[in-house]
Amino acid sequence: MHDSSNWDWDIGKKQIADIGKWKDMFEWVEEPCASPDGEKVAAVVKTGDMEFSVCQNGAAWENTFDKVWHLRFSPDNRLAGLVSDMGEWTVAVDEQAWESRFEFVWNPQFSRDGSGITVAAQKERKYFGVINDVPWEKGFFHITNLATSLDGKQTAAAIQTVPFSEGEIFKFQEGCYSVAVNGKTWDRNFINVWDMAFSHDHEHVAAEVRTSLYDYTIAVDGVPWNETFLSVWKPRFSPEDGSVTAPVRIGGKWTLARNGKQIWNSSFAQLWHHIYSPDGKKLAAIVAPEFGKWTVAVDDIPWRHTFGDLAADPVFSPDGKRVACVGKEKEKWTVCVNGEPWNSMSDMAWKPVFSPDSKHVAAKVEKNGHYTIIMDGQALKNDFEAVWDPVFSPDGEKILIRGIEGKGDDAKYCREVLSLKK
Amino acid sequence: MAEPALKEESREIFDEGLNRGIEKLTSEKIEQVINAVLEDETGARLKVYVDTCVHCGLCSEACHFYVSFREPRFSPAGKVKQTLWEMLKKKGKVSPEFIRRASEIASTECNLCKRCSMYCPFGIDVAYLMLVVRRICHKLGVTPQYIQDTAHSHSATFNQMWVKDDEWIDTLMWQEEEAQDEIPDLRIPLDKEGADVFYSVIGPEPKFRAQLIYQAAVIMDAAGINWTMPATPGWDNSDMCMYTGDNEMMGRLKKAHFESAMRLKAKRIVMGECGHAFRSIYDMGNRWLAWQMPPIPVTHAIEFYYELFREGKLKIARKYETPVTLHDPCNIVRGRGLHEMARYVVNEVCEEFVEMHPNREHNFCCSAGGGVINCGPPFRNKRVEGNKAKADQLFDAKARGAKTLIAPCHNCHGGLEDIIHHYGLGLELKFLGDIIYECMEKGQGSEM
Repeated sequence: MHDSSNWDWDIGKKQIADIGKWKDMFEWVEEPCASPDGEKVAAVVKTGDMEFSVCQNGAAWENTFDKVWHLRFSPDNRLAGLVSDMGEWTVAVDEQAWESRFEFVWNPQFSRDGSGITVAAQKERKYFGVINDVPWEKGFFHITNLATSLDGKQTAAAIQTVPFSEGEIFKFQEGCYSVAVNGKTWDRNFINVWDMAFSHDHEHVAAEVRTSLYDYTIAVDGVPWNETFLSVWKPRFSPEDGSVTAPVRIGGKWTLARNGKQIWNSSFAQLWHHIYSPDGKKLAAIVAPEFGKWTVAVDDIPWRHTFGDLAADPVFSPDGKRVACVGKEKEKWTVCVNGEPWNSMSDMAWKPVFSPDSKHVAAKVEKNGHYTIIMDGQALKNDFEAVWDPVFSPDGEKILIRGIEGKGDDAKYCREVLSLKK
Repeated sequence: MAEPALKEESREIFDEGLNRGIEKLTSEKIEQVINAVLEDETGARLKVYVDTCVHCGLCSEACHFYVSFREPRFSPAGKVKQTLWEMLKKKGKVSPEFIRRASEIASTECNLCKRCSMYCPFGIDVAYLMLVVRRICHKLGVTPQYIQDTAHSHSATFNQMWVKDDEWIDTLMWQEEEAQDEIPDLRIPLDKEGADVFYSVIGPEPKFRAQLIYQAAVIMDAAGINWTMPATPGWDNSDMCMYTGDNEMMGRLKKAHFESAMRLKAKRIVMGECGHAFRSIYDMGNRWLAWQMPPIPVTHAIEFYYELFREGKLKIARKYETPVTLHDPCNIVRGRGLHEMARYVVNEVCEEFVEMHPNREHNFCCSAGGGVINCGPPFRNKRVEGNKAKADQLFDAKARGAKTLIAPCHNCHGGLEDIIHHYGLGLELKFLGDIIYECMEKGQGSEM
């Protein structure tokens, strides 16, 4: 996370932009995004025939482009978009376009502190990962599943290493895919490579792989586990000891394995999206204890409360003592913390956010076409036309709400800091 | 239709996936795989079906292959007899050549259309039994080449057409630009979070039928829908792995699809006019993952059009004048009961509607579904000649005035196109979206 201690945490509301007026300034205004510190709001705008730019806090960038898309603020409050300039694609960050140019760029990612920006890129039918304007030295026939290390200095992707023609099914089954880390290829090929994860020291990569049409396992730095499974899901590195864990399917049921060995005694109809507590001592995962019932299991023990439709977006509190997720039952969403669902039901709920002191949990929700922030089960503010995820102050005593109030021409983007002291 | 269509060739059809697939098989391997699948992956359902069937043959007349060829081996019970019953009777002790033939029967002579279930006095689901056979053949590595290649594409790219990530996004931007020539402020919003509708399509749309994305964008625009399309893998709702018996990949594909919608916090998935993809995300793939129902509600295009017309969000500028008939796709009619909604939409948009007979849940399959068309050119003639029943239906509708055939399903389109051509039927083939786009008031609901 970016250090937020130097942000404006004075209690009060600040209007940042008269966003409703932007429509009068441009041919069109696309959906806005807000910076994490709440001080900036921006949107892609159309400035002329086949001419696009970015409007930030009411002022357009000087440069215009053939196209701008995927505009997002980084964790350190920089504004990045994918831009096409005279038919060449690159990334523009705070108005400055990267020097490297491609035939296409996509899948932008930020490092945890925002200092690293990565994208996938294609040039002359070769595919690359790009880190802060520097492409891999070597390109490949195809890349997918780009992953970025937490420090933003490394990228990895599933790559095609062996060319084959459509219809060459037996060649495909010999293994034509591998992993490239910063452009350097693992020694071994696989039938398939999917989701991958970096270790917390950024030095190692683990990936889901298929070693035959029927055998799935996890490969770490190119070396597959000795054990194979009926299927696997995305692996993770332990922040505590660097071991690798992954959901694995054994005998038609799912459980959790570490370095190839089953570590949870229970098995489930489904188990995925496992997460570590910040100290690495606890593990939680979304599980289906039985068909059609969804909840969270912490260290092998599922919550008693289950949801019929889904459970998703699990997150540990910083102290590792609580887990929150979103759940959906009969088309209504809510937040569930340590197995206790909030009473407030909504049409959509976003991933919950814990305060740094772990005392509070808040989430953005939508109800009847309006948005608000719910904290500890209670609505914090009135409705917004748009709102972004809440941000807690470093001491956990304040919360920053970023939202758009008013409709149409009267729409105003504001940031407001509320005190959580009673 | 005086000439009977009984030209199906009796010689063995060469298929790389089948012929090479059995080369490495041993009797021990076959026995082990068959018994493992039967013991580990089936249960009471299979046992009930096998024990209940009284071999009455009433299912025969339900199958377009049987109706077209009039050979008992094409009856649904006959297909089970030649495949699963033998495997059960011989406790898995069957030859590689038997497996080759079983795979060909299950993958190219049965569309999994489930029409026979309605004619069976006990409701035995022969499609399920054929899927068990496909699963066994998948585990043995004996699957027709073309559909296996499609399954490989799914596994490597998460779409069935080897479309690369950048090609997908580029196609959407291209279609957006094309559409802006007609409606200057039209957008195809990419990766927009919190939209009401996540619109998903099947792999062939960006590859061969990009105009359907254009048309969908025009419909969304006119109806004022808050919508998005994903810029990540997971955009393709189709699923040939479901049909090759690669259930693990089927689950992986559906996970990617639903999680794309969940990542964007979309309230529902609206999908284009595809039948098998609906089966995969509404019934089979979601359930393999342990979701009882789709975790994000799924609305098929027919339901969506119905809703837009009922709510007055779409208006017709002028009705389509050419008389039309309607093909009821198996997966969304027998599988979901959308036939009356389809007729409502057809009547909203078209001046003259000529019913095909039989129709609704009794309609004959197009013979492309169930992955059969995806088995490719080697099996094309058998597929087309094996659906003279459909040609007869179409000819009858044409004789009563129909000039345009509406098929709201991609695989049906492919199959019916071949049938129209092969039997010289001279019908024009369209999606519902084609006609809606042609006849609707455009550019009414744009909001930026």
